[in-house]
Amino acid sequence: IAQENTYTQTQRTENQTGLTGKMNQEEQVQVLGLWGSPFSKRVEMVLQLKGIPYEYIEEDVYGNKSPMLLKYNPIHKKVPVLVHNGRSIAESLVIVEYIEDTWKTGPTILPQDPYERAMARFWAKYVDEKVMVAMGKAFWGPESEREKERKEAYEGLISLEKEIGDKRFFGGETIGIVDIAADFIGYWLGIVQEVSGVTIMTAEEFPNLKRWSEDFVGNNIIKEVLPPKQKLAALFKTPFRSAATSG
Amino acid sequence: MTEEVILLDFWASMYGMRTRIALAEKRVKYHYREEDLWNKSSLLLQMNPVHKKIPVLIHNGKPLCESLFQLEYIDETWPEENPLLPSDPYKRARAKFWADIIDKKVNVAGRRIWTTKGEEKEEASKELIEILKTLESELGDKDYFGEETFGYVDIALIGFYSWFGVYDKYGNINIESECPKLIAWAKRCLQRESVAKALPESEKITTFISERRKKLELE
Repeated sequence: IAQENTYTQTQRTENQTGLTGKMNQEEQVQVLGLWGSPFSKRVEMVLQLKGIPYEYIEEDVYGNKSPMLLKYNPIHKKVPVLVHNGRSIAESLVIVEYIEDTWKTGPTILPQDPYERAMARFWAKYVDEKVMVAMGKAFWGPESEREKERKEAYEGLISLEKEIGDKRFFGGETIGIVDIAADFIGYWLGIVQEVSGVTIMTAEEFPNLKRWSEDFVGNNIIKEVLPPKQKLAALFKTPFRSAATSG
Repeated sequence: MTEEVILLDFWASMYGMRTRIALAEKRVKYHYREEDLWNKSSLLLQMNPVHKKIPVLIHNGKPLCESLFQLEYIDETWPEENPLLPSDPYKRARAKFWADIIDKKVNVAGRRIWTTKGEEKEEASKELIEILKTLESELGDKDYFGEETFGYVDIALIGFYSWFGVYDKYGNINIESECPKLIAWAKRCLQRESVAKALPESEKITTFISERRKKLELE
């Protein structure tokens, strides 16, 4: 990863919806993240979908973890971390729900109906615990385990293929928490498969997911948040150290 | 509208205990169905085809899996009695963060204690004590994790208390001496009827695990 500093870099990002992004002094939102991490990007996607201005701080998680990271996520010492008016939240899906609960403007990421909400949470967790874990090990885990993990990941994709069916997004007509959780599948996976030569998800076997990934990546806001393909491909050519980013 | 609530569960499951407690806190009447995990019913397989696990909460025919999501659903569906989650978004996020840690760390370490031997078991014992100490320090001087009231994080953790006997025995540890405040918290929770009714006696679980270990050829 080309990191200019071994310490933190601060980048101010304007939100993408055309608001001038001048941060209200009372609302201070910061994201401690990692440019290539799907977990980190989940948080940025939701902030940008909702038009919430924030300050992005790139963390050198593989090198020197900043005092800020250690202060705001002492237990896991991982990114992403959201800091809102000085209070921190960790775990990307917990952060996403916090954003949903706190800012009432912009599109909703979770359904209103309690049953539908519970189902959305279920599938988001499924993506994280069944599919993401297996994919991580299938591509970067111990060699002896990779075949087994590929099968796990494949099975997970089959459930997701069924779940999305004909829907445009997992969230229905608009992007929801499950789509956000599945960001790796929508974008990173294709690049990893190309670089590694290992294919778990083909367009032929997973036409629904393929169609979904195109719509997801094609979304005006999402596509601005996603890290550049070339940069990711270069990153994946080196062994991926998953210890520094959390779910 | 008549509400039909069914819980597919297993008596020793610390996850099932969560849902039992939440339903009791909300005074929701439900049918409890004991599942034989080694001979799963067709209802269970139909209602949770993805994971085939308990607990499954079936409300008016619609199934819901994952105990923590069931807690939130119960809280949202029966909001009048005993709120389980804080209304403040930040406190709610903190509660979910701690419940996530409980799910990721307590069960994993605990399970390894009674299913492994030697170095792996020792490591698991150390990890369990470490996470319990972290939780104890998060509790601090509060009566409950939920601050003034018993809530989501308390419910997420309390079921594991009935398994402490198992962890002590097979892990060669003494959780009470390592984490006395946590034990005091657990006893405080047990004074609530919802908890006392949901948790089986510790000895029953220890006996059950002893039998499981024989079947797994660990003893």
